Amino acid sequence: MGDVYVVAEHLNGELAEMTFEMLVHARGLAGGVGGSVTAVLIGGTDAMAAKLGAADKVIRVAAEADYNPDTYAAGLKAVVDAKKPQVVMAGNTSQGMDLANALSARNNMPMAAACLKVSAAGGNVHAVSQLYGGKMNVTSNLGSGPCVVTVAAGAVSADGGRKDGAPASEDGGKAPAATKLRFKKLIQPEKGDVDITTQDVLVAVGRGIGKKEDIEVAVELADKLKAAVAASRPIIDAGWMPKSRQVGKSGLKVKPKVYLALGISGAPEHLEGMKNSATIIAVNTDKNAPIFDVAHYGLVGDLFDVVEEMMDEL
Amino acid sequence: MKIVVPLNQVPDLVEDLEIADSGKELDFEVLKMKLNEFDDHALEEALQIKESSGGEVTAVAVDGPEVDKVLFTALAKGADKAVKITGANPHADNHTQARVLAGAVGQLGADLVLVGVQSAGDRDGQLGPLLAAYLNWPGVCVVSGLKPEGGKLTFHKEYAGGLMAEFEVDLPAVMGVQAARATPRYAPVSKVRQVQTTAKIESLAAAAAGDVPAASVEKMEPPVKGAGAKMLKSAADIIQVLKEKGVV
Ligand SMILES: Cc1cc2nc3c(=O)[nH]c(=O)nc-3n(C[C@H](O)[C@H](O)[C@H](O)COP(=O)(O)OP(=O)(O)OC[C@H]3O[C@@H](n4cnc5c(N)ncnc54)[C@H](O)[C@@H]3O)c2cc1C
Repeated sequence: MGDVYVVAEHLNGELAEMTFEMLVHARGLAGGVGGSVTAVLIGGTDAMAAKLGAADKVIRVAAEADYNPDTYAAGLKAVVDAKKPQVVMAGNTSQGMDLANALSARNNMPMAAACLKVSAAGGNVHAVSQLYGGKMNVTSNLGSGPCVVTVAAGAVSADGGRKDGAPASEDGGKAPAATKLRFKKLIQPEKGDVDITTQDVLVAVGRGIGKKEDIEVAVELADKLKAAVAASRPIIDAGWMPKSRQVGKSGLKVKPKVYLALGISGAPEHLEGMKNSATIIAVNTDKNAPIFDVAHYGLVGDLFDVVEEMMDEL
Repeated sequence: MKIVVPLNQVPDLVEDLEIADSGKELDFEVLKMKLNEFDDHALEEALQIKESSGGEVTAVAVDGPEVDKVLFTALAKGADKAVKITGANPHADNHTQARVLAGAVGQLGADLVLVGVQSAGDRDGQLGPLLAAYLNWPGVCVVSGLKPEGGKLTFHKEYAGGLMAEFEVDLPAVMGVQAARATPRYAPVSKVRQVQTTAKIESLAAAAAGDVPAASVEKMEPPVKGAGAKMLKSAADIIQVLKEKGVV
């Protein structure tokens, strides 16, 4: 009999969307391993616990409200050592990566990362990881003993995991305070000149644009379409556009009526931010680019040729 | 400040990825490999720290195809030392890699290890936090904006939506670097060639990886595609779609 423990993630005082997605994954898996679903809430609030109704139980670990990798990892380890669940599930997120890897290494638990699906068959846990920028899925057998998985965002809808009403609560003790690592402050995102989350039409550029000066090509097209220009992360990291224009996992989530992706490969971290757009049109020279799997319309070609022809037609 | 930067090669994702006959891994024989871009950011950040506040940067890589090129390129970019770890598998899982690196870092000595936040084939977890756990050092993923001062380091950890947190850590520590403060520098081929004739790559025998938890691979396959995009033939077709959607 194996239980599934979900590391409930919270950010800025709110449960993260990932927490509810994990509860959906965990519910399916718990049936397979013949156990129940427990949420482990470290440093959380009563209000958060009251939203974890999709779990059978919540274990509350006392810790500072702001995430500290060392404190939270130690708190999680103590719970896992005491309760010995079969599967510990965390998000393939900034926090989840810290916690899951630390637990796997310290407790010698096999791990599968960035999972789209976790299931059980014949007593063994199997997980499908989304790898190589979304170009390959790899199935691992995690065996019948305790294991760790991190879940990729967006593989299931979070809606099924949202159920109000606090489940039975258990005291998971107090997380030992970190001695070497100190949380200083949260830094809220800078507001940009344009709010890309409220635009009807976005022209998004990726690394395929090649150089900073050529972003002008997209700006001109966007002007014609009364759209705003957004970008993938490498464009922001290069300093070519402000962070407020970044779409994706560490950027903003957008849902415009039309998202025109120019020279964006469609890495999972980018898709996380835009795949719910009403209409996605992608232009890419690589016919196998993963962006074409989520796009509604695709064109294989050089973005500069395509934009030039579009400008001529408009 | 001694900074160690492990470097890994990953397949160039723009190319077609071939699966080996085993059906369980990529066919590394035919793949075009390149330096993991996040490792390139880790190296750049290490060099930036060295240039702004002093220190010594050591690039390490597990012996394998093209490893000399990777290490000489790191030297050409400004690394002080390059170390090749021999007798280990460069395609091993991350738990094994982390064990091997923990052994190497123990021998080389380091105040700070900068690892790329992730790598394209991270099936069994991420190298940075695994390495931190095996070294029993603090380890944090998805960081940028590193500022060392004395025996401490302040840095930003990135969350979703542009939200970040600032932390301070007592060194030594392992950081999974998301992005360097500047675009990773480029080393011209001529410079790499010149370094090849003057600099030396040191060798270090891999420590035994010991017991690591293993999740065996059952199969690798490209994702089952949904309906996928309706493929258009020309820019005019895009305009047509935009008209249908009322954009133009
Ligand atoms: C923790 C974490 C968080 C992340 N958060 C984000 C995030 O919020 N947002 C984000 O975008 N990424 C994020 N990333 C990075 C992500 O993994 C990818 O590296 C990134 O999305 C790739 O951007 P890209 O598609 O522009 O570049 P690439 O993957 O390099 O793709 C460029 C594409 O352009 C095509 N191309 C080249 N030339 C042309 C041309 N002339 N015409 C048409 N097509 C061309 C190529 O075929 C290729 O498909 C994150 C990564 C990590 C580890």
